[in-house]
Amino acid sequence: MPTTLKYQEKDLKLVGTRPPRPDGVDKVTGRARFGADYNLPGQLIGKVLRSPHAHARIKSIDTAAALALPGVKAVVTRDDFAEMPDEMAAVGELMINFRDVTRNMMAREKALYDGHPVAAVAAVSESVARAALALIRVEYEVLPHVIDVVEAMQPGAPLLHEDQFTVGVKPKPERPSNIAKRLEFGRGDVAAGFAQAEVIVEREFNTKPVHQGYIEPQACLASYSADGQAELWTSTQGHFVFRAQCAKVLQMEVSKIRVTPTEIGGGFGGKNNIYNEALAIALSRKSNRPVKMVMTREEVFRGTGPTPGANVKVKLGCTRDGRITAAQAELNFQAGAFPGSPVNQASMCAFTRYDLANVQVVGNDVTVNRPKVAAYRAPGAPIAVFGVESVVDEMAKKLGIDPIEFRLKNAAKEGTQTYYGPRLGPIGYIQTLEAARAHAHYRAPLGPNQGRGVATGFWFNIGNETTCALNLQEDGTLTLMLGTIDVAGGSRAAMAMMVAEELGIEFERVRPVVGDTAALGFNFLTAGSRSTFASGMASVIAARQVIEKLRARVAKIREVPLEAVAWKDGQARPAEGGGAQFAPMTLAEIAKMAGKTGGTIAGHAEINAQGAGPGFGTHIVDVEVDRETGWIRILRYTVVQDVGKAIHPAYVEGQLQGGAAQGIGWALNEEYFYGDDGVLQNPGFLDYRMPVASDLPYIDTVIVEVPNPNHPYGVRGCGEVPIIAPMAAIANAVENAIGLRLFAQPFSPPRVLKAIEDAAAARD
Amino acid sequence: MARVVLSSALAPYTDGELELELDVTNVRQLFKALAERYPDLRDHLEAGIAVAIDNEIYQDALLQPIAPDSEVILITKIAGG
Amino acid sequence: MSRNHVSTTVNGDRVEFLCETGQTLLEALRDELRLTGTKEGCGTGDCGACSVTVDGRLVCACLMLAVEAEDKAIQTIEGMAAGEALHPLQKKFIEHAALQCGICTPGILIAARALLERNPDPSESEVRYWLAGNLCRCTGYHKIVDAVLDAAREMRGA
Repeated sequence: MPTTLKYQEKDLKLVGTRPPRPDGVDKVTGRARFGADYNLPGQLIGKVLRSPHAHARIKSIDTAAALALPGVKAVVTRDDFAEMPDEMAAVGELMINFRDVTRNMMAREKALYDGHPVAAVAAVSESVARAALALIRVEYEVLPHVIDVVEAMQPGAPLLHEDQFTVGVKPKPERPSNIAKRLEFGRGDVAAGFAQAEVIVEREFNTKPVHQGYIEPQACLASYSADGQAELWTSTQGHFVFRAQCAKVLQMEVSKIRVTPTEIGGGFGGKNNIYNEALAIALSRKSNRPVKMVMTREEVFRGTGPTPGANVKVKLGCTRDGRITAAQAELNFQAGAFPGSPVNQASMCAFTRYDLANVQVVGNDVTVNRPKVAAYRAPGAPIAVFGVESVVDEMAKKLGIDPIEFRLKNAAKEGTQTYYGPRLGPIGYIQTLEAARAHAHYRAPLGPNQGRGVATGFWFNIGNETTCALNLQEDGTLTLMLGTIDVAGGSRAAMAMMVAEELGIEFERVRPVVGDTAALGFNFLTAGSRSTFASGMASVIAARQVIEKLRARVAKIREVPLEAVAWKDGQARPAEGGGAQFAPMTLAEIAKMAGKTGGTIAGHAEINAQGAGPGFGTHIVDVEVDRETGWIRILRYTVVQDVGKAIHPAYVEGQLQGGAAQGIGWALNEEYFYGDDGVLQNPGFLDYRMPVASDLPYIDTVIVEVPNPNHPYGVRGCGEVPIIAPMAAIANAVENAIGLRLFAQPFSPPRVLKAIEDAAAARD
Repeated sequence: MARVVLSSALAPYTDGELELELDVTNVRQLFKALAERYPDLRDHLEAGIAVAIDNEIYQDALLQPIAPDSEVILITKIAGG
Repeated sequence: MSRNHVSTTVNGDRVEFLCETGQTLLEALRDELRLTGTKEGCGTGDCGACSVTVDGRLVCACLMLAVEAEDKAIQTIEGMAAGEALHPLQKKFIEHAALQCGICTPGILIAARALLERNPDPSESEVRYWLAGNLCRCTGYHKIVDAVLDAAREMRGA
């Protein structure tokens, strides 16, 4: 089985059009079932007791009173879960430190953040469950905590893990540290590069943690039966990964857990890890009844992973005519309670848009008393790029060069050597810059206190383990069984379109379904902008296999040689020059006879898709700054992005608009507020302020298509790139509007106002 | 002999050696040879390393062939959100 | 804890249920009546995913006690289509790809219908401000606004 099917340019009938998505009617009528919409007879409601302290040793947990409460059927604590060794273990092909997973799911020695689960109960109703939580006695020894990343890096900072020594430092440090890992990427000689530079810009940036903000809180329903098998319904980006994680922490065989993914109300990376799932299974095992666990919004904020907050330093050196001679960055990222921030990816994304001879990026992964970080759409990249694209903009302005022109002068292209290893293949960065420059937005007039900013983003995109099955039904229609979660509604349609295109039939004759974990072999998460690429690849492989089987079957039925049978426009027809004539057969005709001529016709694929193509985007934003209130209004926004091939353009546009909107929220208002006690003060949508409809204008999109040579239709993932550029683009636009550069995210009105006032005071 | 280049991020685990030649015919053999040569690198290899073989990136592709004149670059793995 | 008996009308049907005094209308709809189309996004009236109408008034069901539903006329997403015939808003949302994950969609459709009942010819700005109480994290609202304006056009016969 191939791991890559190469791109072939051809006339397309269906790919590139906009048919209605197959699950659309269910979603507009309320019929579609999300995580919290599932119920089983006899189910109990499960609730989690969470630490009110940011950092505390857990001395004892007394659950006797809770267990005695009428209506409480089970209670679990750390004692119900096995200790896991400190080692990377494979789950599917993800290597995870399960010592951390089991502790994040339920605290063992210490509570490491406000919201850290300490116990869980299952009871006959929500109100009884809540009453039970109040009866659990936990003895805490409160410890000093640390949340700010720079503070956490200092020697003498409160230490989360006494046995954590910074990895990546030689010789191995003697004292433990909150710095879990240090990494360094480099190329060439930055010192020499800076020596060559005629202009140098050096800046420091600080960002706060932000949450993925999916509107659907985590929800799951578990049912454990007496023979040791468990069924789990859950809202997830990866049911096979969840199955693997549950199996490991519960010490169950993988095949004893069957996970059915529900429709998912947003994930963006935040639903890549288990939270309540193993707790629900454990409670179900103990109580002998199904257990349903739905998080409140407050729990989502206190207990699930946001992004890192970070401290970023960027230094850039240039010649007077605008060529970058040296680029340097230091990225200090909060990992949360356990190591594993995306500082690695952020380091690799920071400068990759540019062709650079001398680069150095140092990254630090720092544990702090906050929930463990979870992925959020291009994890880490928006933070690094906020710094880098702001400095690039400042440099361009200093040199008197147009910001797009400056980037074109230094742009990465096919063959450019990256500083983290390989050369780039065919990419569309320059095309997006040129399209942005040519766009009417770039020339539109601006009024007082209005400004324009440009910034660009890059993301690798991934492939990974993917399987699917394509079955020809007896009436000639097909079912495409997919293993990748359809997070945004477009990918089910896109896969069906590619299959229908391959077979030369109508879109409506291919029914895509996302199967449960029993239906297919392992599929990696829907993340990394991979599903249209990898699941699409698998679908095409399966479709081509079906075509070969159809040809072979028709050859038998019509009693002609295989070479005489061609598949064209949805039918088996005599091949030109094939040497035999026969009456063509439609899918329906073949299917009707299939059972009696050898059995059902089906195709399948099990691949680890390689060859994902990186995506690049250029954003233009116009803002207006209200000098009296510090309010930034987004006047106009344009996203230009290379997506390789837009299988279903409406859903590609949706990804570009949605990602940009999240980036805008990240820039303008979203942040976690912690009190001096380390407790999160804004665990709700009122004070965690995400963009609403009246905050945003229309977001124009320009789709650039530089085909990915490693996909039959040229697909590059597109979902993550659009969130990367907005922060820097908006900072650049503000600078253009009022001559003030912002270095701390978010650019909320109080911060902007203070910056304006400070600048005025400095002038006076 | 394939020419093997390690991402600069791996320098702490190889005492700074970032280029070498190895007689290997697939990725699994490559990891085995590297683990023998650089014990500190062992834990990172399967957990967090992808390879670019003649500039095509492969992740979790232990049996991917490496030709005698290939250039192989080791990079840190990529995930997403 | 003894429960309260409530009689009310939902989507034109007379229904009854039992609820605790502290339960919200949202919980009663979802857990007692098993009408799960109305969603909980926050439970504090900040996201609009639980939008319903009560006697014609747009309301967050999570901010209303279930007992307050006695003898009211409640409309939820399940009542928006007439059998197989989708409401123009529902059709336009599919046509314009105005939904991605779909979790906010029921609330937004109920809110949009309430807008068009009051103002059949809203401007883009009016649509945006009316829907400011409905959070969407996937779409950036662009295609939602287009779909609402297009549905309004169709409903006006324009």
